[in-house]
Amino acid sequence: MGKLEYAPAPESRAVVDLQASYGLFIGGEFVEGQGGSTFTTISPATEEVLAEVTEGSAADVDRAVRAARAAYRGMWGRMSGADRGKYLFRIARIMQERARELAVLETLDNGKPIKESRDVDVPLAAAHFFYHAGWADKLGYAGLGPSPRPVGVVGQVIPWNFPLLMLAWKIAPALACGNTVVLKPAETTPLTALLFAEICQQADLPAGVVNIVTGAGATGQALVEHPGIDKVAFTGSTSVGRQIARSIAGTRKRATLELGGKAANIVYDDAPIDQAVEGIVTGIFFNQGHVCCAGSRLLVQESVADEVVRRLKRRLETLRVGDPLDKNTDLGAINSAAQLERIRELTDIGEREGAERWSPACDLPSRGFWFPPTVFTGVAQAHTIAQQEVFGPVLSVLTFRTPQEAVAKANNTPYGLSAGVWSEKGSLILWTADQLRAGVVWANTFNRFDPTSPFGGYKESGYGREGGRHGLEGYVTTGGHP
Amino acid sequence: MSTPTTARTPARRPDSRLDVRKTYKLYIGGAFPRSESGRSYAVHSAPAARRAPRFLANAAQGSRKDVRDAVVAARGAFAGWAGATAYNRGQVLYRVAEVMEGRAEQLAAEVADAEGLTPARAQVVVSAAVDRWVWYAGWTDKLAQVLGGLNPVAGPYFDLSAPEPTGVVGILAPQGSTLLGLVSVIAPAICSGNTVVVATSEARPLPAVTLAECLATSDVPGGVVNLVTGRSVELAPTLASHRDINAIDLAGAADAVGVAWGDLEAAAADNLKRVLRPAGTGPAAVEPDWDDDPGLTRVRAFLETKTVWHPKGR
Repeated sequence: MGKLEYAPAPESRAVVDLQASYGLFIGGEFVEGQGGSTFTTISPATEEVLAEVTEGSAADVDRAVRAARAAYRGMWGRMSGADRGKYLFRIARIMQERARELAVLETLDNGKPIKESRDVDVPLAAAHFFYHAGWADKLGYAGLGPSPRPVGVVGQVIPWNFPLLMLAWKIAPALACGNTVVLKPAETTPLTALLFAEICQQADLPAGVVNIVTGAGATGQALVEHPGIDKVAFTGSTSVGRQIARSIAGTRKRATLELGGKAANIVYDDAPIDQAVEGIVTGIFFNQGHVCCAGSRLLVQESVADEVVRRLKRRLETLRVGDPLDKNTDLGAINSAAQLERIRELTDIGEREGAERWSPACDLPSRGFWFPPTVFTGVAQAHTIAQQEVFGPVLSVLTFRTPQEAVAKANNTPYGLSAGVWSEKGSLILWTADQLRAGVVWANTFNRFDPTSPFGGYKESGYGREGGRHGLEGYVTTGGHP
Repeated sequence: MSTPTTARTPARRPDSRLDVRKTYKLYIGGAFPRSESGRSYAVHSAPAARRAPRFLANAAQGSRKDVRDAVVAARGAFAGWAGATAYNRGQVLYRVAEVMEGRAEQLAAEVADAEGLTPARAQVVVSAAVDRWVWYAGWTDKLAQVLGGLNPVAGPYFDLSAPEPTGVVGILAPQGSTLLGLVSVIAPAICSGNTVVVATSEARPLPAVTLAECLATSDVPGGVVNLVTGRSVELAPTLASHRDINAIDLAGAADAVGVAWGDLEAAAADNLKRVLRPAGTGPAAVEPDWDDDPGLTRVRAFLETKTVWHPKGR
């Protein structure tokens, strides 16, 4: 008997009300762009055009920054923390109320499986607002220093892999701490940010506190380089993060940067193998591997390597790749043609450099952007696929003999965002966690996120933390020496 | 045969409709029982601006047995409430604020009667009470981060201290402030995961019963909050001496008839209850100004700190 067959279980699109075209959200209302140019956003699963979106010009960015400044100088800047909190509670509640709509829209625009947008992205985004709502009138307790004050106007640029969740990570703490924001969503996934703008309207959020300017790289650059912002918050690639760090050098702008990663997922020989295999799968195939903290390097102890790889391949045979709106889908579409091209390029290099490539048999849809789950074995540290971030469903398997070797290999990367450790021995897990130069270490689990838990990287994975008490630091100034 | 005359009911003006009055009962384990003792006592409005006190309702006069039943309910609810995620507790407590806001008019009318306030002042008090729930709802998932942390011990150990709720808390509710004061003693105890048994204001118990109705319709699990109306002199010593209560808040000892807080504290020593003394200096107990910034004192009073050690090494 073959593997179990599933009947199609598509989530209805009826809950989403798409407009033909969208303006920019500036000063509390949707306005037309001043540059006159637009672009389309498509469903990566079908290449269907979903809507036309405004390409924000430098003039639009300027208008948005002015609106944010006016709101900061006006009502929002003078508002009590308790009242700011009430607005954030309202936003959290409306996000919960409109959760299904947000989830379907996210899946349409991004290509991720509906079960992930429904069960992870949207609930976490709402929870992020709920958590930070509570902080708004408690900042004095956060241990940040005496009388924490807002930074001012924050320019925020977010990626396409978790569009709404990254928006929540950026906007919730900024507003809780009393800042106002101009946010640029990613070029390929602007729709949930525009729906969020509507949620701000339903919450009666004062005009100008949140401004959403859609566009591509140039729009983001105009925002980052605008002299009217006090801080940049960016999530995206290390190369763009480096450009941002350069561009704000010599100014008084602050920055928090959440960049790329090449996480090691270390499996010791005493690990619970079945549990570890599930963790490896979650670690690299969650969200098609479009995850900066993905466990893209599996480091497995030599004595169990064959068994782990055998069981991993068996497990991958059961993954369901296809229609992101189907509730049984495990792997959705690659977000864009450009990203698909990059994944193909890097995996071809992987093969050329001598690693052994394997994918389960799976039928990929003929339209849209698709890539099968892929495992490379026999990977050496010098291989490109062990060094560069693929940002796709591609796992590189390396082996080690001793804990010291595992740690040395894990740390042998310019990145330092996250890591995983699998073992039944608590002391070994904690020793390993101590040695790892990474901002988040998951033990016997992977890809866990929570609004209370700080997230962010060491080294070239960026600086600053998002979430938790520590995430507030990036959005306040306090007394004392600078 | 003469035409029968129909008895005509005089048309009433809308404001003269005969009202349907509420029975004020206890709140134990999520239900609203009368006192097992069958007793009740008359509750009157507070005198206000030349208005003489008037009869409001017969409140249930809770007994020692009612308190003991309430403790059983509170103990039964403790594992689930303390074990719920902090996020979940925050959502539930925020929901209480939402429901109170919807009932603001009723609460304000009852507070005005109970405390002898003008309608305008009573509305301010109710708003402050709602906002206080919101303040504590926001604390549930922050307490561990503010009050706990990693201890840098001088050795290869992971060493983490985190707060945990102390258990069942007995609360002698403020005698004067019937809603803001009441909320200000209940919310800090339950936000961290404690469950509570509350002896309400003796002379002014009615807003507490309406608060119970808000709790009962807010996803707060039955037994997390239990409210017993009645005579402080009967209820307070039962709370103080009960062996299955872990801590006691004596805020309401101020102006409680026949109650000396020192005696209650002494009784509480039998099983080493944590005691939160009433405000005031020396033996005098005074009711604090509930409008003040609450801080974290009342939350801290009902927390334990648990420290976990684990070795690190290959």
